Amino acid sequence: MTDAVATSYDNRQIALVDLLDRVLAGGVVITGDITLSIADVDLVVVSLRTLISSVGSLLPPDPATGGEG
Amino acid sequence: MSTDDVAVWLYAVIGGEVADDRTGELTGVDGERVRHIDGGDLSAIVGTVHLDEFGEEALRRNLENLDWLSVTARAHDAVISAIARSGPVLPVRMATVYLDDERVKELLNTRRQDFLAALDLVTGRDELGVKAYGDLAALAAGGNSAPQPAGEKRSGTAYLMKRKQQLTAHEKAHSAAAAEAERVHATLLRHAVDGKQRPPGEPAVTGKRAWTVLNGTYLVDRNRVPTFRAAVAELQETTIGIELEITGPWPPYSFTGDVVSS
Repeated sequence: MTDAVATSYDNRQIALVDLLDRVLAGGVVITGDITLSIADVDLVVVSLRTLISSVGSLLPPDPATGGEG
Repeated sequence: MSTDDVAVWLYAVIGGEVADDRTGELTGVDGERVRHIDGGDLSAIVGTVHLDEFGEEALRRNLENLDWLSVTARAHDAVISAIARSGPVLPVRMATVYLDDERVKELLNTRRQDFLAALDLVTGRDELGVKAYGDLAALAAGGNSAPQPAGEKRSGTAYLMKRKQQLTAHEKAHSAAAAEAERVHATLLRHAVDGKQRPPGEPAVTGKRAWTVLNGTYLVDRNRVPTFRAAVAELQETTIGIELEITGPWPPYSFTGDVVSS
């Protein structure tokens, strides 16, 4: 098991994906004055799509889906 | 828009009695000094940010920028996590911005009961994330996925047969993984106050070759965290083809939205 977990809130080596999962999709949702529609999912989804394409382009092709042989 | 135009970025809501001690000398998303706005028995943890970077249009643009998003998300979380060290905290979703302090006071006043109830829920508790990654090959190995004979010339028929075998093994692996994920989640719920499964996320984002079969997160009494971790370790030992990864403790990001709904 990869349990490289610190026991306190600091010293955390947080994977960006786990962090965004919480700061963008979690937390108390209040409609601010400058609201965007961040409460709506669309903006977050768009951001994550950006993230996927950015991160995806950095990774080597996945052998499981990377074609036959 | 002048670069002097500012607004109020909201990080968190806490109980109001000791807000001074708890904000200390924290720095926020705009490099600003984090401060608090008091409203009765609640305080909002805020920072003054510039509209040219954190106004609506700028946010819309910046949220599409991975570097900006990454830095800002970490700064937002750093403030909340620092506050969490000294007591209960309600994290506010990133990019909640108000025009001025008065508006934040109004918020504390109108939503007081919700905030107090949410604080009650998270007091003495931490959030722990548990992800399960499935090793498709190991999960499928339960079936008889005959290996392709070495050196066999690949005809169209052989290709189709192999493809069919792979698909069957794939389906087996999926159902085996789903069953294991349910078992893990059910077991962990017994050690937690609450728990939920989140969407697993794209392999490209997780950066893992393995496939995410469970993206769970759990609200755990702080004194039961060791037991919870032990349960994860035990599950790991008794589960084949699944790798468990635990993250946290987190401030209770995933368990405050239900109590305080907009």
